[in-house]
Amino acid sequence: MIWNETIECMSRKEMEKLQSIRLKQVVDKVYYNCEPYRKRMQEAGITPNNIRSIHDISKLPFTSKKDLRDYYPFGLLSSPMSEIVRVHASSGTTGKPIVVGYTRKDLDVWKEVGARCFTAYGLGKNDVIQVSYGYGLFTGGLGAHGAVETIGGTVVPASSGNTDKQIMLMHDLGVKGLACTPSYALYLAEALEKSEYKREEFQLKVGVFGAEPWTDEMRRELESKLGIKAYDIYGLTEVIGPGVGHECEFQNGTHLCEDHFFPEIINPETGEPVKKGEIGELVFTTLTKEGMPLVRFRTRDLTSLNYEPCACGRTSVRMGRILGRSDDMLIIRGVNVFPSQVESVICEMEELEPHYFIEVDRINNMDTLEIQVEVNENFYSDEISKMLDLKKRIAHKLQSVLGIQPDIRLMEPRSIERSQGKAKRVNDKRKLQ
Amino acid sequence: MQIKQLSVFLENKGGRLNDVANILGEAGINMSAFSLAESSDFGILRVIVSDPVKAQAILKENKFAVSLTDVICVHVPNSPGSLAKILNIITDNGISIDYMYAFAECADANVIIKPDKTEDCIDILQKNKIALIAADELYKI
Repeated sequence: MIWNETIECMSRKEMEKLQSIRLKQVVDKVYYNCEPYRKRMQEAGITPNNIRSIHDISKLPFTSKKDLRDYYPFGLLSSPMSEIVRVHASSGTTGKPIVVGYTRKDLDVWKEVGARCFTAYGLGKNDVIQVSYGYGLFTGGLGAHGAVETIGGTVVPASSGNTDKQIMLMHDLGVKGLACTPSYALYLAEALEKSEYKREEFQLKVGVFGAEPWTDEMRRELESKLGIKAYDIYGLTEVIGPGVGHECEFQNGTHLCEDHFFPEIINPETGEPVKKGEIGELVFTTLTKEGMPLVRFRTRDLTSLNYEPCACGRTSVRMGRILGRSDDMLIIRGVNVFPSQVESVICEMEELEPHYFIEVDRINNMDTLEIQVEVNENFYSDEISKMLDLKKRIAHKLQSVLGIQPDIRLMEPRSIERSQGKAKRVNDKRKLQ
Repeated sequence: MQIKQLSVFLENKGGRLNDVANILGEAGINMSAFSLAESSDFGILRVIVSDPVKAQAILKENKFAVSLTDVICVHVPNSPGSLAKILNIITDNGISIDYMYAFAECADANVIIKPDKTEDCIDILQKNKIALIAADELYKI
């Protein structure tokens, strides 16, 4: 099902026309209403007159996460406070968060793009959908909530935590769609297995998972454990929240709502656009936002774009899996390591549970990488040699993917912390020294 | 003649062995023999208890990785050469020993053996008239 066929199936030419009109509007808006943007454009020798079409976008200066922190809390607003009806904030763990202001129209845009997502997952007005993202400053809860109400579905605003009650609600209310982080979905799957209910007593068919990067291997794990189809929902607090993009029934890339959020891929080192289809850093320009529009915002997410029309009928550009957030990237003994690479290996091995924790340290001026894993119950042996052999095989598989040899630590069952929100799976002790 | 040995995976951190001992003690389960095999970051506790099935269930509830392994128990005189005799019989018949541990008391000793082929091992020892201890007998010790 398609929520807004006119837009989602628009020809490339029509889409570029629409994007061009909207880009000019948003550049006007920030130039005349937001001093930091105006100053930066003036320094680059650009005025709104230089922007005639979407193809002129690369003339504009970038906006970074640092800018959002520097102008905390309201320095990058392009609308007066009287127009701002809500704020959300990033889950920044260090220092001040990033605060984003929404006008009433911004909230309408958010609901519209959210409705496109949930419709693409095959959900509609007859379905009960449980939102187990946290409600609050985090965009996940209220974002998904608004989307479900817009398609006319029945929303169960469970928020995160209280897992027993979550499972009871899912069971008793005939919940068909579950929206939460993939790591919490995994936690729920384990709890569901141990609960008093049988799987066939649930109506659950669709998972709407996002707010943290996850791999295809994790998708398969979740789909088989929960007996559902698991879809990616993509979003960033800075841009709007969940709804920036979504998968369709073909699960072949994340469709971006590019009439509202224009994507580019750049070389993170030079800032130049990459060739079509190449991997680089994702950059967004919000074409319709009023409260805090972003021009060429560097997401730090590494991915690629595919402009081929999709088998689902949508023509909207598709984004590949996020290969990693450049913020998540660990440099260990000079090698770039992404937690998502570790996850793909762990989820693939039947001997292991899909839980892991990465600990990085520096001992005697040498980086160390320890990966803690839990062995599946059926694969524990009473012989040390067999356990050591398993350790060796895990290390070998990881080394072939990561390019460096990790230390493997076998942990007792259920001893790695389960996450009820965004998972924290890395501890880089080097930062503390 | 097979004996159910409890095999418990333990992370190498302080107090884990105490936890197992406490849990079994509170459940009224007695340990008659055990050995601890260790590597740098984990260990495997092998233990003969009075009620292996109950012990397994209780440890599982407490989130331990625990399995039951078939072993045999040989009764030997506590005297020079008696263990060698039994080991010769086993190895001469092409059976390997994965691990073993023993406890001696006065004139006798009991040796727990984990052979790679348990049933063959029992056959051969019985043919050679070696005394094996039955499960219910051992659990009561």
